[in-house]
Amino acid sequence: MLSESSLKKIDREVAKYPAAQKQSAVMAALAIAQDEKGWLDKDTIACVADYLGMAPVAVYEVASFYNMYDLEPVGKYKLTVCTNLPCALSGGAHAAEYVKEKLGVDFNQTTADGRFTLKEGECLGACGDAPVMLVNNKRMCSFMTPMQIDKLIEECK
Amino acid sequence: MGRQYLLYGAVMLEIEIDGQAAQVAEGSTVIEAAHQLGIYIPHFCYHKKLSIAANCRMCLVQVEKAPKPMPACATPVSPGMKIFTHSDMAIKAQKGVMEFLLINHPLDCPICDQGGECQLQDLAVGYGSSASRYQEEKRVVSNKDLGPLVSTDMTRCINCTRCVRFTQEIAGVMELGQAFRGEFAEIMPFVEKTVDSELSGNIIDLCPVGALTSKPFRFGARTWELSRRKSVSPHDGLGSNLIVQVLHNKVLRVLPLENEEINECWLSDKDRFSYEGLNSEQRLTKPMVKQDGKWIEADWAAALDYVSHALRDIAAKDGAESIGALLSPHATLEELYLAQKLLRGIGSENVDFRLRHSDFSADGKRAGTPWLGMKVAEVDKLDRVLLVGSFVRKDQPLLAQRLRKAVKRGARVSVLHASDDDLLFKPFAKAIAAPSQLPRLLAEVVKAAAESKGVAADAALSAIVPGESARKIAESLLEARQGAILLGNYAQQHPQAATLQALGHQLAEIAGIRLGFLGEAANSVGGYVAEALPKGQGLNAAQMLAQPRKAYVLLGTEPEMDTADGRAALAALEQAKTVVALTAFKSAAMLDYADVLLPIAPFAETSGTFVSTEGRVQSFYAVTKPQGDTRPGWKVLRVLGNLLEVAGFDYESSEQIRDEVLAGQDGFVSGLDNAASGVSLTLDVAASTFERVADVPLYFADALVRRAPSLQAARDAVAPTARLNAASLSSLGIAAGSLVRVRQGDASVQLLAELDGAVADGCVRIAAAHVDTVSLGAMFGSLSVERA
Ligand code: SF4
Ligand code: FES
Ligand code: FES
Repeated sequence: MLSESSLKKIDREVAKYPAAQKQSAVMAALAIAQDEKGWLDKDTIACVADYLGMAPVAVYEVASFYNMYDLEPVGKYKLTVCTNLPCALSGGAHAAEYVKEKLGVDFNQTTADGRFTLKEGECLGACGDAPVMLVNNKRMCSFMTPMQIDKLIEECK
Repeated sequence: MGRQYLLYGAVMLEIEIDGQAAQVAEGSTVIEAAHQLGIYIPHFCYHKKLSIAANCRMCLVQVEKAPKPMPACATPVSPGMKIFTHSDMAIKAQKGVMEFLLINHPLDCPICDQGGECQLQDLAVGYGSSASRYQEEKRVVSNKDLGPLVSTDMTRCINCTRCVRFTQEIAGVMELGQAFRGEFAEIMPFVEKTVDSELSGNIIDLCPVGALTSKPFRFGARTWELSRRKSVSPHDGLGSNLIVQVLHNKVLRVLPLENEEINECWLSDKDRFSYEGLNSEQRLTKPMVKQDGKWIEADWAAALDYVSHALRDIAAKDGAESIGALLSPHATLEELYLAQKLLRGIGSENVDFRLRHSDFSADGKRAGTPWLGMKVAEVDKLDRVLLVGSFVRKDQPLLAQRLRKAVKRGARVSVLHASDDDLLFKPFAKAIAAPSQLPRLLAEVVKAAAESKGVAADAALSAIVPGESARKIAESLLEARQGAILLGNYAQQHPQAATLQALGHQLAEIAGIRLGFLGEAANSVGGYVAEALPKGQGLNAAQMLAQPRKAYVLLGTEPEMDTADGRAALAALEQAKTVVALTAFKSAAMLDYADVLLPIAPFAETSGTFVSTEGRVQSFYAVTKPQGDTRPGWKVLRVLGNLLEVAGFDYESSEQIRDEVLAGQDGFVSGLDNAASGVSLTLDVAASTFERVADVPLYFADALVRRAPSLQAARDAVAPTARLNAASLSSLGIAAGSLVRVRQGDASVQLLAELDGAVADGCVRIAAAHVDTVSLGAMFGSLSVERA
């Protein structure tokens, strides 16, 4: 169900661990699967489980624990705003409000054109750069003032 | 797990708990040390049979020199440690934890089935306060559908993960998990799945709150209303110990009675939920006699009179040998003994309890009674095992659990079978082939072992050339320190069962390991002890069906379901002049072929004895009064003995009968021996396409469990299909899911074809013991499959 190239990538991750510990590659495998499918539906999770010889529910535990994994479809750009305390105290909450207003969506919602999904994130380990946002789980954006946010959203059109 | 090494001479440490000095083994945890001293430490997530999760924090105690309270379940003892379980610090911590646990708990004890037997309720009384300081909204968790056996109220869950760890560590497949996190954490099966393990009911016992409760028992009674009585499971050969809970003379629930040597603290779902069958509408509660084709209720005197006359008449006219008795291996020792004594008393040797067997050629050649070959508790200590012809996970779920434990400790278990079913552990090596080829495969292992060890193999094996898997299996068995070859139900029911036994014995001798039989039924050993099998000229179970008798006496069995060939059984019973059924249940088929129905008590309503697969004698009392006019089987047989004027039928109690059978064998029976000598080996049976692979699905295996509605709704009770592997399906040009006609001899049935990669090449797996497949006939044999 996953493409050859995804499975190859997963194999590379699996190879990093002892043969009996395939499940150690579960987080990487889920990320690879999500890259291919856009989000993790239950068949994809079952497929990863099967590939790593794990119980599907064990993979689901991981996929539901971390909020970079999406258990529902997301827009083309997934914007995650950190609202943990250090960020919240240094403008994170305002940044989130600003994005909400600008896009007309709340947390966990997707814009009508399917372009943006807004998520509330946990500490990204860059509290000094607050407010902090993450685009599509991979791109970190620091010091997200309203102006920066405008620029980012413009870029993502 | 993994703490057992403590038993073997570990270093002892001096510690002190609440001022009491103690010596405990190094590596023990504080909670274990406290239990050793009889000191109770409150806990939820800790369970002696499960791994340590340390997530509930209820067990916090004070440890000298530690700056903060420590979880007793996860803190190993160290030399000179001083622990305080009731100090101010400990109590304050425990109370604090309790307050947090109750924040999100619904506190709905009045409508909760767990009320009265709830660890949370009990501990809240001790550590909770009378009112909550928390005024905010509580979280609500949606309920999950876990199937027909376990009911959920997930808002009550305290996320201790005992249930999750059970499925993972004991049941062998992680069917539950804790998804999401923090406040949103939920226990759930994988999206839209149910919990289908054959051991699933144990999570009900494990759940310390009312989140997981028994569905069949739901709202049935309060725990304090129930009286508790000990009993023994009448199903598989293990003889699990039960606590049967009764209200108003009705069994409402069955729980495990902990016995470390047998079932530990577990029960299989079959043992736990089959009690529902006791209250089935199909219970026979009055003696019934068929007159001119019509059934009429009779009183006991009339019915017994009828039976004694009928049997006398037939014995006089056609000879006593025209009477045969088919006895259930789930009947009590006392019933089996009296039934054979009765038959022999009136001059017939035709009596047998091995109803599903098809090879009796070891009769007269066995050195003793076939048994497990070891104690049940030794199974998890085995390090090398060969499992031959066994659906062990379904047939003896708790023995499978012990095998999994052995594998976890590093045992190498190999498999020789007609179906590569998932045992929930990875077999070391396996040889999967059509049923007819199993003896040859085992012979290969024997030969390989002999060659490798440099000893002479049986001359009959001269033409055998061991294949690669046979060699691998043989090599592993030769390394055994505690090895065993275990013959499963399927091997015992096999048409070359004697060959398998003889080969097993040879292999055991060569490799210095033990040979064991996994007990098919509660009294698979007891039947031999009671001599409920033919000697000399007597007919065995198969012969009694192949050479139809004029009269049959049935004890606790429905032969169309319980014998090796249900079709032949039906034909034999239908042609008989008289069929006397001593039974707890009636069925349409039985009303058709029987002439007299005598209601005898099922296990819960009679005293009796089961001799388990390890030879353990377990007697039990009735837990309720018999329903209606039902009588204990031994009493019915005693009166029949009197009426038929058979000598020595003056028993006053079942104990008297037991003492006569066992004659001083206490605890364990003697004469257990799996050797067989002089069996001529049959190794050259040609394979045919297709061969039938017939399992006996666990919830169809006996009359009681067949009538337990909740088990019948479980996944393991789905109607039989024709299961073929991909190669077989494509060679037939049949798509999975399509209807096929299966012919066996001149019989045929229509079934759905199903893809099952586990089935051996050239085989069709079609379950036995089910109404849909009875008409097919023998459990073994060749059949053809075509599009319907
Ligand atoms: S359902 Fe029961 S056993 Fe499972 S985690 Fe919740 S409280 Fe513990
Ligand atoms: S709190 Fe936002 S990055 Fe740490
Ligand atoms: S029992 Fe120790 S933390 Fe739960």
